[in-house]
Amino acid sequence: MYESLLSYPNSLFGQFERLRRELDDVFGVAGLPNSIRAVAPGSLPAINVGRTPTSLEVYAFAPGLDASKIEVTLDRGVLRIAGERASEMPDDAKTNTYTRERDVGAFARAVSLPEDIDPNHVKASYRDGVLQVSIARSESTQPKRITVQ
Amino acid sequence: MSENKALTQAAAEQDAQRWVLPAVDVFEDETGITLLADMPGVPKDRLELKVEGDALLIEGSVQPFTPEGLEAVYAEVRIPRYRRSFSLSRELDTARIEANLKDGVLKLRIPKQAHAQPRRIAVSSA
Repeated sequence: MYESLLSYPNSLFGQFERLRRELDDVFGVAGLPNSIRAVAPGSLPAINVGRTPTSLEVYAFAPGLDASKIEVTLDRGVLRIAGERASEMPDDAKTNTYTRERDVGAFARAVSLPEDIDPNHVKASYRDGVLQVSIARSESTQPKRITVQ
Repeated sequence: MSENKALTQAAAEQDAQRWVLPAVDVFEDETGITLLADMPGVPKDRLELKVEGDALLIEGSVQPFTPEGLEAVYAEVRIPRYRRSFSLSRELDTARIEANLKDGVLKLRIPKQAHAQPRRIAVSSA
C-alpha cells in the first residue's frame, strides 16, 4: 500500500519516486521493499513469495549452498528456511583480500503462511542458487463456480 | 485500494533496463586473482563475461522459472539482472581466465602474466 501511494504519477510523491529510482540506478542498490519492516539488504537471503491458484511459491535467493544441507521446515503455518554457507576464502597468509561482500555463515528466515495451505504437499528444489519451495493450497479454497439454474 | 495494471506494466518495463550489483569477494595471491560473485538464479547460458582492453564485465540475467499464473505477493528481489565491471591491471593475463558457475556462484581465476609472477633469482657465486 505504501508503494502504490508513492507511485501515483504527476503528484508530489511522484517526483520523489522518480528521485528514488534515479538514486537506485546510481548506487545500484537492489529494489528494496520500502516498507517499515524492510529487512537490511544483504543480511539474509532475499525471498520472493508468489501465489498461483493451486500453490504458494517461495523463492529464496541463496547461492553457493550444498542442497542436502539446507533445512526447510514447515511447522504450524510457518515455513522456516535455514542453512549455512561455508567460507571459500583461502586461509593462508599470502593472500590479500581486496573485497569481501558476500555473506558467510549461518542464516535463517521464516515466512508465515496463510491458512489455506496443505502441509502434506510441499516440494523444494535448489537450482542455480535459488531455493524454490512449492506448497499446495488446499482444495476447499479453490474458487468454485456455482451455476445458476 | 486496487491494483493499477498500467503502472505495474510501466514499472516492469523500466526494470528490464536496471540491474543490481552482485556481491563479490576478491582475493589476490602470488599467482593471480580469484573473484567470487553471487548471482543466484543465473544459469550458465544466461551469463556473459566480456573482457575489453583492461575492463572485465560480468553480466547475468535471472532465468524466470515461475509457473503459469504466478501472482507476486511479496518480492525482495525485483530486478532480474546482475551487472558489474572491474578494471584489471596490466600484470593480469586476461587470455587465460578460467570461469566456473555453480549454484549461482561465479568463480573467476585470473592468473598473472608469467613474467609478473614472483620468481626467485638464483645467485651464482662466481
